[in-house]
Amino acid sequence: MTARTIWRKSLNALMLSITGICALVTVSTLFLILGFLVWNGARSLHWTFFTNLPAPTGEIGGGIANAILGSAKLLLVAASIGIPIGLIGAIYLAEYAGAKWAFFIRYAADLMNGVPSIVIGIFAYTIVVVSMHHFSALAGGFALGIMMIPVILRSCEEFLKAVPRSLREGAMALGASKWRTILTVVVPAASGGIITAILLALARVAGETAPLLFTAFGNQFWSSGFNQPTAALPVVIYNYAMSSYEDLHQQAWAAGLVLLGLVLVTNLLTRMVLGRQTAQGR
Amino acid sequence: MISVPSVPAGAPKETAQDLPMRMKVSNLDFYYGKTQALFKVNVNIATNRVTALIGPSGCGKSTLLRTFNRMHETLSHTRLTGTIQLDGEDILRQDVTRLRRRIGMVFQRPNPFPKSIYDNVAYGLRVNGHKKALHDAVEHSLRRAALWEEVKDRLNKSAYGLSGGQQQRLCIARALAVDPEVLLLDEPCSALDPISTAKIEELLIQLKENCTIVIVTHNMQQAARVSDFTAFMLTGELVEFSPTPHLFTTPTDPRTEAYITGRFG
Amino acid sequence: MATLSTTAGPVRQISRSRALLNLLRDGDELAHAVTLTFGASILVITFLLIYELWIHSTLSRQKFGFSFFFTSTWDPNFGQFGSWPFIYGTLVTTAISLIIAVPLGIGAAIFLSELAPPKLSRGLSFVIDLLAAVPSVIYGLLAVFTLVPLMRHTIEPFLKRNLGFLPLFKGPAYGVGFLTAGIVLAVMIVPYIISVSREVLLAVPQDQREASLGLGATRWETTWKVVVSYAGAGIMGSVFLSMARALGETMAVTMVIGNQPKVAASLLSPGYSIASVIANEFAEATADLHLSALTELGLVLLALTLVLNGMARVLIIMTARKGSGVAQ
Repeated sequence: MTARTIWRKSLNALMLSITGICALVTVSTLFLILGFLVWNGARSLHWTFFTNLPAPTGEIGGGIANAILGSAKLLLVAASIGIPIGLIGAIYLAEYAGAKWAFFIRYAADLMNGVPSIVIGIFAYTIVVVSMHHFSALAGGFALGIMMIPVILRSCEEFLKAVPRSLREGAMALGASKWRTILTVVVPAASGGIITAILLALARVAGETAPLLFTAFGNQFWSSGFNQPTAALPVVIYNYAMSSYEDLHQQAWAAGLVLLGLVLVTNLLTRMVLGRQTAQGR
Repeated sequence: MISVPSVPAGAPKETAQDLPMRMKVSNLDFYYGKTQALFKVNVNIATNRVTALIGPSGCGKSTLLRTFNRMHETLSHTRLTGTIQLDGEDILRQDVTRLRRRIGMVFQRPNPFPKSIYDNVAYGLRVNGHKKALHDAVEHSLRRAALWEEVKDRLNKSAYGLSGGQQQRLCIARALAVDPEVLLLDEPCSALDPISTAKIEELLIQLKENCTIVIVTHNMQQAARVSDFTAFMLTGELVEFSPTPHLFTTPTDPRTEAYITGRFG
Repeated sequence: MATLSTTAGPVRQISRSRALLNLLRDGDELAHAVTLTFGASILVITFLLIYELWIHSTLSRQKFGFSFFFTSTWDPNFGQFGSWPFIYGTLVTTAISLIIAVPLGIGAAIFLSELAPPKLSRGLSFVIDLLAAVPSVIYGLLAVFTLVPLMRHTIEPFLKRNLGFLPLFKGPAYGVGFLTAGIVLAVMIVPYIISVSREVLLAVPQDQREASLGLGATRWETTWKVVVSYAGAGIMGSVFLSMARALGETMAVTMVIGNQPKVAASLLSPGYSIASVIANEFAEATADLHLSALTELGLVLLALTLVLNGMARVLIIMTARKGSGVAQ
């Protein structure tokens, strides 16, 4: 072997190992995060943590029941905005749109997807908070709903397009009109993917904090209805982590574990189910 | 080679003249974008008979079939001139969903919906607004498609659990449920094994008692077995159209002869 | 619905009710219109977003003009708003995060698409997708309680001892600051770089690799000189995408940057970013001018991310087209 060949071979081995290390380092981050959260959060997880209201400032104990309910409320509002617009918009893109319109809508959705969540928060503030004159669950849910739209739109479009043409032809050959075909054959055939897309979008906005700071704002107590400021899980984590009480730090860890658990379990389950479905489909 | 088929294509000579015609295609030209796929096609489809369209792949036989129930309209950039009549009425002037209820279609690959067997067969009925007596119609259609005995105990199971041959017969049952006058089949056996193929061929011969059938096939033996009339197509032209025994024994056009004797295609 | 007689003549008497019935039965025009409305609402929302931020920042834009970007006094009590410290902080943290994340992310993407056996690659990509799903506030939480003490007690003193002669590493070790924020951002954007770059690399036609290997190139030479250069524009796109994410990332940065509007050369110094100041002050801002100034900062973020995302999409689409053009 010439010196040059040896050099090329060793460079090859070296660079290949470096890329492997890059992948390893990245992947291990997840386990590091999980490990720290479980280590620090698990001991604060009591049954009462889920059922109690926060303790008054300075006192030990208390729970995050209002924040969990608050997050659920925000997600409900978000879903009722994000799902119809995202899904029906996706049907338009996949079934009706001509090339030009589809391009613009897709491009806009991709841009919206990249807008920082804090900017979406300002948008929700100017639209909802300014007109209602106060912070509310509605405003927070609106912000999250806007963030869901592009995610649902783009992934549902892909799932709808993946429905084989032969199914559409089968329905139309029986005299079904186009919208009937879409409603009774195409959407049901893509339903697994559509549900996955919706769940992933919900999981994504469930962890959003920034757009809630000045829309849903936060609340020490229960909030009734959708017109009041409400606590939310991620906002509680932020506030507790930044506070100066050791007990609240503990609770921040525990709440973080709950949030990450919810987000990761949703992701794991849906991706696994989806993986199996696509494996079967091919 | 001498071109121009001398027969004013359309009327097979002997018996065909006396038969009532269900469909009549005149001077049909068809274009995908700028490419012309069919050239001045004339063909008559006899009532309650099986008509086969044969020819090498790419000859336009599937395209012709798909114009019969206007499935070509589901593709963009297609254009059609000439007339296609069903019982004397121009199909292009009819309501398309109503037309497709009268002219059923079965596709190359079985395409059952991801629903139960029952819901698959009932689909066309529901779409066309029937609500009552669905069960009887479903059973009747499954019996006509010779599938009832095999599936009667699992009507509510997914259609994807059936074998390929069963799925294709299910698709035939699905098409029959709305009681079409004409049934179009686009190479219905190309994805099936010989036993399933034999079952479907047998079925077609029974079905023609009260249904007009047009079948596209690349398999000449199949055309010979099931059809009463056969049309041979080549590069978008209808070369020859005769009663099946006639076409296979004494073809008039040299190109037909070349094809059926296996010299090309 | 009426059963339709097959022999009915072509007599057409379209009464009004019949027309309505037809519309409902076919309904395709209607369905088209309805879905179009929903689809177009994305465009409306995008325009509305830009419009609202523009309108609500009028006060600040008119009062300060361009000096808003180049002055450093941010004093809500006296109505003075200059945003240079925030812009500076955002740029510095984003730059640090890219310097760390780009090589790491591209390296990992190369491993996943070119070298790892398919099964391993799928497993690792799955974990990386999960990593991208971890909420920002969780990264912040971890950084506050683990990274910040580590930086304060170990890493920053080490940097000062060995590189203290550089202006980049001067001043007291607070633990919070530009460097810490940059590191957290890097961890957060790596998954995006990896998953987009991996897609782009996988889109490179197989024959390109085979041609190079067939000429006697080593695996690495093939990967670097053929595959990566083929996919160059798309990888650039993935960098722009993650840069846009880093610019707008709020919570994790707010928790570790120190929140002091300083323009300091030292990376160890506390600072502030555009997104952080919006997060910290927006809810408490009462003066119209203050809200307007914060909204203008939001507009700046929006403009930056729109431009970056716009360029990134074009680059990625270009690479994808190139791929399909050769493959088919």
